[in-house]
Amino acid sequence: MNLVLDPLAYSFFVRALVASAIVGLVCATVGSYMVLRGLAFMGDALSHSAFPGVVVAYMIKVPFYFGASIAAVGTALAIGWVTRQGKLRSDTAVGVLFAGMFALGVFLFSMIPNYVGDLFGFLFGDVLGIGLGDLISLAVLAALVLGTLALLWKELLYATFDPLGAAASGLPVNRLDYLLLALIALTIVISLQSVGIILVVAMLVTPAATAQLISKSFGRLVLIAATIGVVCPLFGLYGSFWFNSASGATVVLVESAVFFVVLAVTLVAGRVRHASVALDS
Amino acid sequence: MGGPMSASAAETVAGTAAETAHYAPDALGSNIGGRMESVGAPAPAIRLEGVTAGYGERIALECVDLEIPVGALVAVVGPNGGGKSTLLKLIAGVLKPWTGSVEVLGAAAGREAHRVAYVPQAELVDWSFPVNVWNVAMMGRYPRLGPLRQPGHADHEAVEAALDRVGMLDRARTPIGALSGGQRRRAFLARAMAAEVDLYLLDEPVTGVDVPTQEAIMALLAAEAEKGKAVVATTHDLGAAVRHFESIVAVNRRIIASGPAALLTNPEILSQTYGGHLLVLGDNLGILDDSHHHDDPAGAERHFHEDHPEGRP
Repeated sequence: MNLVLDPLAYSFFVRALVASAIVGLVCATVGSYMVLRGLAFMGDALSHSAFPGVVVAYMIKVPFYFGASIAAVGTALAIGWVTRQGKLRSDTAVGVLFAGMFALGVFLFSMIPNYVGDLFGFLFGDVLGIGLGDLISLAVLAALVLGTLALLWKELLYATFDPLGAAASGLPVNRLDYLLLALIALTIVISLQSVGIILVVAMLVTPAATAQLISKSFGRLVLIAATIGVVCPLFGLYGSFWFNSASGATVVLVESAVFFVVLAVTLVAGRVRHASVALDS
Repeated sequence: MGGPMSASAAETVAGTAAETAHYAPDALGSNIGGRMESVGAPAPAIRLEGVTAGYGERIALECVDLEIPVGALVAVVGPNGGGKSTLLKLIAGVLKPWTGSVEVLGAAAGREAHRVAYVPQAELVDWSFPVNVWNVAMMGRYPRLGPLRQPGHADHEAVEAALDRVGMLDRARTPIGALSGGQRRRAFLARAMAAEVDLYLLDEPVTGVDVPTQEAIMALLAAEAEKGKAVVATTHDLGAAVRHFESIVAVNRRIIASGPAALLTNPEILSQTYGGHLLVLGDNLGILDDSHHHDDPAGAERHFHEDHPEGRP
């Protein structure tokens, strides 16, 4: 029995591999901007905010993408707006809005009388259950997010690094902030089916955080994050196939493991460098 | 170098008539001159009229009337929280006034933004950000490129020339986190120069840098002013303001005085500007001020301390 090739005989596994790689790529790229802006908590918040949208979409029988997009993007814009009023710190606004939205989701969820196994998939992810139609929708949304980033990477970078300087030189920093929030929300929608509401923040933040440990330029940061984002889910899915474990959780565990290995290596390398400097002097 | 400050501002502005102090130009042994627009001179680079502004409910600046001509090299001085940075943000168009109007380079503030470069305080910059000196200077070119164009030959040349002028060409590939305080200021100055602007706004450009770097940065700014560009920089270093700038604007919630840098030797202006923070020791002036020299930032603003580059607020 061939551990690598055998799973590929199942079309659901191949679909899952493709979906995971796309999700990993988009999450890591958007996540690169998130870690530089300190928006990790925002990722967690927006994924939870998508839940009522998913439940309502299920109730009225429309594709979950619509409900999740409206709920997540709406919450993202609302958080941006509340923060801009300057009365509350942004993390406070995030905390209030996301808890409220998730509660709304759980409330609606509890009112559905019959079995709702499909919806559990959105909490923890079920990439092995992804259909061809879902995969196509996912690819289209991913192309939209990556295309927008390809077009506006410079402007988003400048606005992230020095919002005041960028605004003073004429970049529409407020609109770029809202756009980034909307892109994060869309990325979460893309990822919901694969990794689920609860774990999607790891897909967003962990690859970029790992890359941040070892890159000194933004280009390399995105490149390394994207590589981790694409490769880790492949290992994670095989792991999930071999151990018969939950796919989303296995993928996230692989990414976490890579993060801690890189962290350990950079710490040891730093020690060695300090020691050699001490010896030289 | 550029022309003198306009007298409308030199005569000082204040909230009420009782508070208003008039400093006759002659008493200071300098000629401040008449209003710019009355003699057919070019339009001022910056004109504020009846401006009141602040954050949330707090007023940072009130009833500001100020004109800064093209080619001026101006230091904005004042105590912490006195409105120095607020004035700069108003001119940059990133803070909207509650009342009054701000005109910059002949249009409403923010309209001619591509002709304005803003250099933030060092402590508002995240020095652990993964960019090098070249990347920072290249950002100065982004606004003129727009989303559809990538940096090309002309942009590389402009960045190279700017880095050369500030003496950072050999450091182009160095991550900003590995630079000294003075090198960090030079990198940001290079960004402003690469942008090829007509107005430089700099928040504390010479704070906490060694004297040679201070001299070098000021020489570059003076050369820009000489070319007819306006340079407005905040500083809490009165010595630097007197030594390096030709004119000053003293602010403490309102404009206390504006005119030639020599105004800063007037004890009355100083005591009005700094209030209880000023300590006069014979002929020497001392400012009792803590090291935190920014105005209360807006809610969404981050700030970083240079000695703790990893430090988050």
